[in-house]
Amino acid sequence: MNTNYDVIVIGGGPAGLAAACEAYDKGAKKVLVIERDKELGGILNQCIHNGFGLHYFKEELTGPEYAGRFVELVKQTAIEVKLDTMVVEITQDHIVRCISAKEGYQELTAGAVVLCMGCRERTRGAIAIPGDRPAGVFTAGAAQRYVNMEGYMVGKRVVILGSGDIGLIMARRMTLEGAKVLACVELCPYSNGLTRNIVQCLNDYDIPLYLSHTITNIIGKERVEKVIINEVDENRRPIPGTEIEFDCDTVLLSVGLIPENELTRNAQIVMDRRTNGAVVYENMETSAPGIFASGNVVHVHDLVDFVTAESKRAGAAAAKYALGCKAGGPVTEVKTGSCVNYTVPQHIRRENVEKGVDVFFRVNNVYKDMVIKVTSGDTQLCAFKREHMAPGEMEKITIPKVLLDKASDEITVSVEHQ
Amino acid sequence: MTNVICIVCPKGCHLSVDEENDYAVTGFGCERGREYGKKELVNPTRVITSTVKVKGGIHPRCPVKTSSDIPKGLIKDAMKLLNSVELEAPVHVGDVVVKDICGTGVDFIASRNM
Amino acid sequence: MYDVAIIGCGIIGASTAYELSRYKLKVAVLEAQNDVANGTTKANSAILHAGYDPEPGTLMAKLNVEGVRLAKELCEKLDVERKQIGSFVLAFSEKEMDTVRELYDRGVQNGVPDMKVLTKEEVLAMEPNISDEVHGALYAPSAAIVNPWEFCIALAETAVRNGVEMHLNSKVTAIEKKDDVFHITTASGEFEARYVVNAAGVYADKVHEMVGGSGFHTIYNRGEYYMMDKSQGNLVNKVVFQCPSEVGKGVLVSPTVHGNLIVGPNAVNCDHGDDVNNTAEGLDFVRRLAAKSVPSINFRDSIRNFAGVRANSDRPDFIIEESAACKNFINLGGIKSPGLSSAPAIGKMTVELLKGCGLETEAKEQFIDTRKRIKFRELDAEGKKKVIAENPLYGRVICRCETVTEGEIVEAIHRPIVPRSIDAIKRRCNAGMGRCQGGFCGPRVHEILARELGVSLMDIQMDEDGSYILTNPTKQEVK
Repeated sequence: MNTNYDVIVIGGGPAGLAAACEAYDKGAKKVLVIERDKELGGILNQCIHNGFGLHYFKEELTGPEYAGRFVELVKQTAIEVKLDTMVVEITQDHIVRCISAKEGYQELTAGAVVLCMGCRERTRGAIAIPGDRPAGVFTAGAAQRYVNMEGYMVGKRVVILGSGDIGLIMARRMTLEGAKVLACVELCPYSNGLTRNIVQCLNDYDIPLYLSHTITNIIGKERVEKVIINEVDENRRPIPGTEIEFDCDTVLLSVGLIPENELTRNAQIVMDRRTNGAVVYENMETSAPGIFASGNVVHVHDLVDFVTAESKRAGAAAAKYALGCKAGGPVTEVKTGSCVNYTVPQHIRRENVEKGVDVFFRVNNVYKDMVIKVTSGDTQLCAFKREHMAPGEMEKITIPKVLLDKASDEITVSVEHQ
Repeated sequence: MTNVICIVCPKGCHLSVDEENDYAVTGFGCERGREYGKKELVNPTRVITSTVKVKGGIHPRCPVKTSSDIPKGLIKDAMKLLNSVELEAPVHVGDVVVKDICGTGVDFIASRNM
Repeated sequence: MYDVAIIGCGIIGASTAYELSRYKLKVAVLEAQNDVANGTTKANSAILHAGYDPEPGTLMAKLNVEGVRLAKELCEKLDVERKQIGSFVLAFSEKEMDTVRELYDRGVQNGVPDMKVLTKEEVLAMEPNISDEVHGALYAPSAAIVNPWEFCIALAETAVRNGVEMHLNSKVTAIEKKDDVFHITTASGEFEARYVVNAAGVYADKVHEMVGGSGFHTIYNRGEYYMMDKSQGNLVNKVVFQCPSEVGKGVLVSPTVHGNLIVGPNAVNCDHGDDVNNTAEGLDFVRRLAAKSVPSINFRDSIRNFAGVRANSDRPDFIIEESAACKNFINLGGIKSPGLSSAPAIGKMTVELLKGCGLETEAKEQFIDTRKRIKFRELDAEGKKKVIAENPLYGRVICRCETVTEGEIVEAIHRPIVPRSIDAIKRRCNAGMGRCQGGFCGPRVHEILARELGVSLMDIQMDEDGSYILTNPTKQEVK
C-alpha cells in the first residue's frame, strides 16, 4: 500500500491548516493533512477566549472561530484529511508511517512534508517543584481542556504558577466559572504574558500577581491542600523568611511551552538547542531537503496570526519543492548577538529570497529604547528602533533583499541601547 | 490623569487619559486605542467568552461569546444566563444562544460549528 | 475461612501470594490501597542487585542472590520488563578502591557470578560519560534493571488467575485470634484465616502490634529521585553506583527499562510511612552527588521527581520469621534494600515457614504460570498491522510520548485486578509516564476509564482514594 502525495502536512492545527491551504493554492494537487485528534483545529479548539486574528483577519476572533475559518477553507479544496491518525515515524526520504483505528498501519510517501506538530506544556517535573505529589496540580492547558471542552471544573481555590498567556487566560476562566484564584506567581521580575492579558485577566478580577516569586512547597496527601510561595533573589533562588501560605486545592502551571519534535529528532533532522525546534532556512525548510516545519514546532509563538503567516511560507515552499523546484545556492548563517536568544530562520539562502526575509527572535530580558542591528562583519546592514522589548513578545524584522545581497556568509542580529 | 494599558490588541500601549480635559487620550498607537482609553474610564466594557451545554456534539460544551462588548459590571449576571441553556447539535457559528443580555441589546452567540 | 491471609500487596505480598497460588489453598490478599504496588514497590531504584552488598551469612545475602536468579525466569514467564545490564561501583580514590575490593570479596562469598575489578581506563572505555576523576570500579554483570510495579502487578495478577482473592481498599484495623483462628477487621469487612502473612511493608511493625507482637520497629527512611527524559537515557548503559562511605551510600545513575535515566536516592529518616514528599535539600543533594559520577547529566531534562520510604528496621537483617508472640503469624518485616531483588526468594521462603507451622500444601493440577501483554510500541510494522486488524483500538494512540494505544488501556482495565485511577493505568500501560506527564493523555485516559468502568468522570481519581481530579460540572443552575 504505497499512496503518493505531493505534500503531506503532519498536524491539523492552525499551522498545518495554513500550510496545507497554501500548498494547495500554490499548485500541489494531492495534499494530505494528518491529525491525531478527532477534529481539525488543534489547541485552538480549547482556546475559547477572543483576541485571535487581529493581524491576519483584521478582526477579533475566538480560537474556535479562527480554526473554523481555516477548516472551511480546507473544505473548499480537494485537500484530503485523515483524522484520529497518529504519525509514528517520518524518514529523510519522505516516508510517513502512521496508524489509525480506521485504516490501520500505513506507509505513505510524499514529494514534500511539512511538520506542524505544535508544542506541549512544561510540567511540574521539568521544574522540580518540591513537596507532596497530590492530585490537583494541572498544566494550564490540561485544565483548559477539562473546563472548556469537557465541562468540568478542576478546583475551587487556585494558585497559578507562571504568568504565561494560558495561565492568565485560565485565571479569568476559572474565576468566571466560580473558582477563587488566589494568586498568580511569576519567577521572573516581569510577566511573560501579553500586557493586555494582565489587564483583562488579572486586574479586572483583582487577582494579585506576585513577580519574583515561586512555589517552594506543595502540601497535601491526596489532593492539594496548601501551597507555599517565596520571593526569589536575583539568581532566582528562594529567599528564606519570605514565605506566603495559600489554602488552595489546585495549582495550575503555565511555565512554558516546548516544541514537540520527537518525529523530527528521530528523522535525524538538525535541531536548534535554543528553540527546541528544527534549524530552518528562509523558506522553513529543515536540514532534510523537502521536509519543512512551521508554527510552534519550530519556535513557540505568542500570536496565532504569526503561525499562520509562517506556515503559509512553509506550505508554499513545500508545493514548490514537490513540483520540482528545489532551493539552493550560497547560505548566510544568522548569528545571535547581544540580548538575542535565538533567531528563526537560522540560515538564509540569498538566491531564494524575493523581496526580503522576515527574521523572528526573542530578547533575553525586558528592555526600553533599544535598537536592533543587523551586521555582516564590520558593516551594519540595517537597524530598527524599539521602545519596548520583552522575552514574552516575539520580535520580527524584515531584511530587504538588496541589503542581504551585500552580506557575506554570516550576519548577526543584536539588540543594543539607543 | 489616569494611566491605562490598552487591551485592544496584543501590543499593550500605555495610554494616559485626562479626566479634566474631556478624557483626552495620549500614548495610543491607533484610533481604536484612543477610543478604548476614553471608554475604559467612562464606561469600561469587555467581550465575554464562555461555554454552554450541548447535546449530541463532538464535546459536551459549546463555546460562546458576546456579539459585542458589554459593560464590565454586567459580567457576572451575563454568566448566570448561560447556566440554563442547553443547545442541541447541529450548532452553527454565529447562532444566537442568549438574546439581549441584561437589556444591552448584545447577544451570546455560538463561536463554533458543532 | 481462609487458609492464609496476606496483609499488604507490595512486591513481598504479591510474591508470597504467587507462591501460595500453586497450592490447593484458600488465600486472601488484604491491601489497604485501591491498587497493588502502591507503596515502596512503586518508588525505589528499580534494580535487581547483583548481591555483593549484604554481609555474608545474612538472610539478605542469601535471598538477594537467589531472588535475582528467580527473577530472571519469572520476568520472562510473566512478561515483566527486565534488562540485565550489569552494574558499576565507582571508586574516586585509592581508599575507595579498597572498598571496591572488599565488595568484590563479599560478592565472591555471597555467590555473585562473573565480577571484575576494573581500572580507570577500562571503566571509561565501557562508559565514556563517567567522570574522569574515577579511579576504578567493581563490575558485576549479573545486576539487572526491572519494572518494579509491573513485577508486583504480574505476580499479583497471576496469583488471582490461580484463585487467590484480592481485596483492595481493605486496610487492616484490628486482628484478634480466637481458637487458632485470626479474625481480621478491615475497611472492607471481616476476614477469618488460619494463618497470617504480614507483608505490610513500612507498617509491618504496626500490624504485628495488633496481635500483641513486638521485637522490631520500622525506621522510615526516605529516598528522593529524579526521573530524566529519554534523551538522557543513554548517558550510561549500566547501573552506576558510588562507593558506600561514612558519609552515606552515594547516589546511583542508571537507565530504566523504559529508556529513561533514573538518578538518586538520598537517604533521610522521616516521621511517617507516607512521607514521600520531595524537598529542595534532598533534590539538591541528589543533583550534586550524581554529577560526581556523571557530570554531563542535564537536570533541565527532568520529567518527574518522586520519593519512596524504605522499610528500614532496628534489626540489621530482614525479619522473616514466625512471630514470637503469636503462632501461625509470619512477619515479613524490615524488608529494606535489597528487598525488591530478594522478593521472589522471600515468597518461597515464606511458604516454607508456613509449612513448618503446619500448613498443608498440595500442589494444584493446573497452575497458570504465563502472562502476555501487547506492548504496541515494541511491535514491528507487521506486528502493528496485525494487532490493529484484530482490534482497531490498537490503532488509536492515546499517550503520544510513550505511544500507548487505547487497545492496551482497555485490555488493562479488564484484567483480574481492575485499575481504577489514572495512575493505576500509568503503572500498567505507561500512559502518562513520558515527557508530557499526562498533560495530553490524562483527560483521554480519564474518559476511557469512566467509559469502561461505567462511572462518571467525577468518580475517577488520580491515584489513592481522595485524590479527586474534578470538583464539579460547569454550567449548573444554582438553586
